[in-house]
Amino acid sequence: MKNRKFILLFALILGLGMLMAACGGGEGAEDDSAAEDGANGEESSGDYSVGMVTDEGGVDDKSFNQSAWEGIQAWGEEHGLERGEGFDYAQSADESDYMPNMTRLVRNDYDLVFGIGFLLEDAITNIAEQNPDLDFSIVDTVVDAPNVASITFAEHEGSFLAGVAAAMKTETNKLGFVGGVDSDLINKFEVGFVAGALSVNPDIDVDIQYVGDFSSADDGKLIATRMYNDGADIIYHAAGAAGNGVFAQAKDLKQNDPDRDVWVIGVDRDQHEEGVIGDHNVTFTSMVKRVDISVQEVSNMGLNGEFPGGEVLEFGLEDEGVSLADTNEEAITEEIVDTTNDWKERIINGEIEVPQTRDELEGFIDSL
Amino acid sequence: MTSNKTFNILVPLISVFIGLLAGAIIMLIFGYNPIQGYAALWEGAFGDAYFFGETVRQVTPYILTGLAVGFAFRSGLFNIGAEGQVIVGWLSAVWIGITVDAPMYIHLPLAIFVAALAGAIWGFIPGILKARLGVHEVIVTIMLNYIALYSSNAIIRNVLSDSENSTERIAETASLSSEWLQSLTYFSRMHYGILIALFAAMIMWFIIERTTIGYELKSVGFNKHASKYAGMNVKRNIVLSMVIAGAFAGLAGSMEGLGTFGNMTVSGGFSNLGFDGIAVALLGANTAIGIVLAAILFGALKVGALNMPTEAGVPNELVDIIIALIIFSVASSYIIRWAILRFKKEEK
Amino acid sequence: MDYVIEMLNIRKEFPGIVANDNITLQLQKGEIHALLGENGAGKSTLMNVLFGLYQPEKGEIRVNGEQVKITDPNVANDLGIGMVHQHFMLVEPFTVTQNIILGNEPTKKGSINLKKAEKEVQELSDRYGLRVDAKAKISDISVGMQQRVEILKTLYRGADVLIFDEPTAVLTPQEITELMEIMQSLIAEGKSIILITHKLKEIMQICDRCTVIRKGKGIGTLDVAKTTVTELASLMVGREVSFKTEKGPAAPQESVLNIENLVVRDSRKVDMVKGLDLEIRAGEIVGIAGIDGNGQTELIEAITGLMKAESGKIKLNNKDITNLSPRKVTESGIGHIPQDRHKFGLVLDFPIGENIVLQTYYQKPYSKNKVLNYKEIYKKAESLIKEYDVRTPSAYTKARALSGGNQQKAIVAREVDRSPDLLIAAQPTRGLDVGAIEFIHNKLIEERDRGKAILLVSFELDEILDVSDRIAVIFDGKIVAERKPEETNEQELGLLMAGSKKEKAGGE
Repeated sequence: MKNRKFILLFALILGLGMLMAACGGGEGAEDDSAAEDGANGEESSGDYSVGMVTDEGGVDDKSFNQSAWEGIQAWGEEHGLERGEGFDYAQSADESDYMPNMTRLVRNDYDLVFGIGFLLEDAITNIAEQNPDLDFSIVDTVVDAPNVASITFAEHEGSFLAGVAAAMKTETNKLGFVGGVDSDLINKFEVGFVAGALSVNPDIDVDIQYVGDFSSADDGKLIATRMYNDGADIIYHAAGAAGNGVFAQAKDLKQNDPDRDVWVIGVDRDQHEEGVIGDHNVTFTSMVKRVDISVQEVSNMGLNGEFPGGEVLEFGLEDEGVSLADTNEEAITEEIVDTTNDWKERIINGEIEVPQTRDELEGFIDSL
Repeated sequence: MTSNKTFNILVPLISVFIGLLAGAIIMLIFGYNPIQGYAALWEGAFGDAYFFGETVRQVTPYILTGLAVGFAFRSGLFNIGAEGQVIVGWLSAVWIGITVDAPMYIHLPLAIFVAALAGAIWGFIPGILKARLGVHEVIVTIMLNYIALYSSNAIIRNVLSDSENSTERIAETASLSSEWLQSLTYFSRMHYGILIALFAAMIMWFIIERTTIGYELKSVGFNKHASKYAGMNVKRNIVLSMVIAGAFAGLAGSMEGLGTFGNMTVSGGFSNLGFDGIAVALLGANTAIGIVLAAILFGALKVGALNMPTEAGVPNELVDIIIALIIFSVASSYIIRWAILRFKKEEK
Repeated sequence: MDYVIEMLNIRKEFPGIVANDNITLQLQKGEIHALLGENGAGKSTLMNVLFGLYQPEKGEIRVNGEQVKITDPNVANDLGIGMVHQHFMLVEPFTVTQNIILGNEPTKKGSINLKKAEKEVQELSDRYGLRVDAKAKISDISVGMQQRVEILKTLYRGADVLIFDEPTAVLTPQEITELMEIMQSLIAEGKSIILITHKLKEIMQICDRCTVIRKGKGIGTLDVAKTTVTELASLMVGREVSFKTEKGPAAPQESVLNIENLVVRDSRKVDMVKGLDLEIRAGEIVGIAGIDGNGQTELIEAITGLMKAESGKIKLNNKDITNLSPRKVTESGIGHIPQDRHKFGLVLDFPIGENIVLQTYYQKPYSKNKVLNYKEIYKKAESLIKEYDVRTPSAYTKARALSGGNQQKAIVAREVDRSPDLLIAAQPTRGLDVGAIEFIHNKLIEERDRGKAILLVSFELDEILDVSDRIAVIFDGKIVAERKPEETNEQELGLLMAGSKKEKAGGE
């Protein structure tokens, strides 16, 4: 019985194969892929090729993954490469896709593979162990392996400045924070934001809520609806693609009532474009994490044979790794810019220690 | 009656073919080469040992969720709850895998058994509600899916970890993964679970086709009144069917927990294993062998599709459309069945 | 001769079978022409050819002497051919008029002119004496009325030739009489009718001529006035058929079933059986005569454990079996040929073989340690199929694929073969043709002669009078009278069934 099943199983696989071969005229297809493999092999022997694997948000999440992809594209342009030959991305639909995507890039002879987001921590750990000769890099978390460069950002510091700006801008003294997944990393955003706001005005109320993932824009919109209804006028989101829901709600409100002041603080990239609604723009500012710069920089280091394997690279205020965008000049006034710059100086010269966890935040508030 | 059998084989084959054809047309319309596209799909699913291993890895839970849906179908119940049953099975397997300290020959079977048990309990709830109070199982199972998802998220965060996003890794003694299989397949995550899944399919076949239990379940599924008339306990059979179905789905969860991932992560959405199981069961005509074959197709599509953007340049969105078209065409095999029947209409 | 419709040498094949082989049917203007044949003889196929649903392989069709090609039902409609289907095709929430105009609604500036249509429909109805209310909702009117709506529909579309497909199968005796009157008034108005049926009584009553087909072959056309029921029956079945069931006198022995003061409540919590007493002895057939809905179904379901008895006692061979589970009841020695064979009697999607062991699958030799023994199951099935002459391609054929008569034979085989002390037969011959009816009646009598007790429930007085040794009349949940069949007649039973106790007292 068992034997028969296995035979059937193979028969199906075989049958399926023949079907596809028949559909496609097998020979041509094989030649094609062989040719491609060859081309890839030649080029990558001379050059250094870079791939990235997105998390569930996808490459067009208008945030984190997109920023990383922009960095890799810029790097490719810088070195005259084309997508698919020298650099590429692989998109993941759910967590079981991380490993196959990683492996596929590795097997397509990419020299350096980025895992974008802390969700890929396990995948990077595994693949790095399996391929000790190749370079890997993970963004936003630390993987302790000799061939992995960990890229982190001082998000708490950038968020602190966002908090300062929001506290100066708010008219209701109520702010909102929408996080993706309740985790150490996103807590850094939350804590920094609250600390910054309270530093300016201790009476400010910050409404904090997490979506549960980085992809459910509809949930993000629901949360934003409630927050705006409850009187918050500025929401800071750190929720990846789910944060698009916050923008959507703010724009809906603005469209219905152009005189109402609703703002969103973007994250990761300058999300100015996301806020455009008619003649208005609901993007107050963005806590820009230059994932693009960091990715580009690490890629260049790899290309030059100086790959920082085993190191943790922190990008902070000092090196412009995190910053506040001032694209929306109508909203972020000169006064606000000046004040945030003051705070920035105080953080850089160590006068202020921005808290990173909720415990540290309590201590920070007590010291105010 | 042989014609009926060939018919049952022909319909799914034609639907798969139509789906592939429709996908090819879509690719042509958008200016991509369908030959390259499908070649990439094939490469990505069976092209070499690694992809083959990954496909097997994906097929494993699909077989089990397909069985979970198909088994309930045979007794006339629509088990939308496979998703939730997978989640509780996964969580339970990981829980045992982390907390229990025992030699492998105890630890691994225990973890698998507890996963099946958890799934069975998750199937028992809608079963008993349907039997006793007549509550429709579709509603109950949908709700239980959410309960399973969010409570397991809470448990991972608060009980199995210290507000982390994922649990620790399970102990080696509870792991289904195999270095031997991995080394054969260039580090794919293929694991021994496939044997369990195939064995489960044989169990389903045996129960349904060879035992009085299966006879009763089928009878209840076809005709409750006649079953009652014949002295069968209809209510008990409804519960039993959901319990066995839940156990299959729970096993699917243990495949993920003990084999593929070795831990469980807080998740904002469903794994879709249970929902895909519905399609697998439908395509497999709710028979054990059919489900195994359908699971292979779905697993291959899922894993192979990842290769289409990189190899053939077909954008992800289009790949999703093509895969959806194939599934759609398969799921609407009813139409094809109807068309063929119309073609050779017979006097009743 | 003046023919409205002529179907000459029609041949229609389906893969594997010839459904119609060289059949000729000629319909004269103004006659009622019967199309007679057993279930599955090819009547429906022939009519579907005429109605344009099938294309014949050979033969020709003429309408009013001109050869025509009927490619689909619309062509048939245009030629003035209308069909009253056995299963009504009506939209329940719509009114009579809305149903009738469905598909060719009269419109005025794009909106439906319902008023005008209602008037037309009402006029048609009055003209033919159909007494249909054009404004009534379908869901509110009786089955008989719905059938008249179907008739109206064909008339509204200008049909001159009406095909009735087994029209009396769903009707009560009164409704049948009324239908016959309607048919006659249609003829009087110049229409012609083809009546598909296997009921000989109806043909003798109303038809002018009769075309008989058997196993797809045309046997011939007869003048009804010059033939007899016996001749028609033997032509249809292909052998001599006896109408009076042959049976010797009953020899009742010890009491098998004892029911005392039984009360059964239905799902709406209404008492349907209200303190019923009944005794059946070994070696006798007790027929329950009554109009549908007087507690027959509840009585049977209470005995067999499918429904709960509120109070009272049911004893089988002196053992209390009140409210036992269906399985316990079956095991204690009761067989049950259920009234609705599709709902209760068979799992239609199971093969015949597996239906044969529906109550015994868990016993040896059909299974051991919960594992089924298909060899034994099908061995049993094959032998019963042979013994009871169940016509099926094989024991592996799904029950659904069998004709009604053969399905019923399979059920009878299963129930009788278990050799129960009490055999309950509810409407055992409903919808069957003469051959099958004869077979089943003989089986019941055979069992009686073996010393079994038989409870026969039927709405057909012919059957009750013919087969029973003792007749119990049920009315409003109680047995209101008992009669010997030789000492009563249809009139008396009819009155008793209608609940007139005084008449009964006077008659005695």
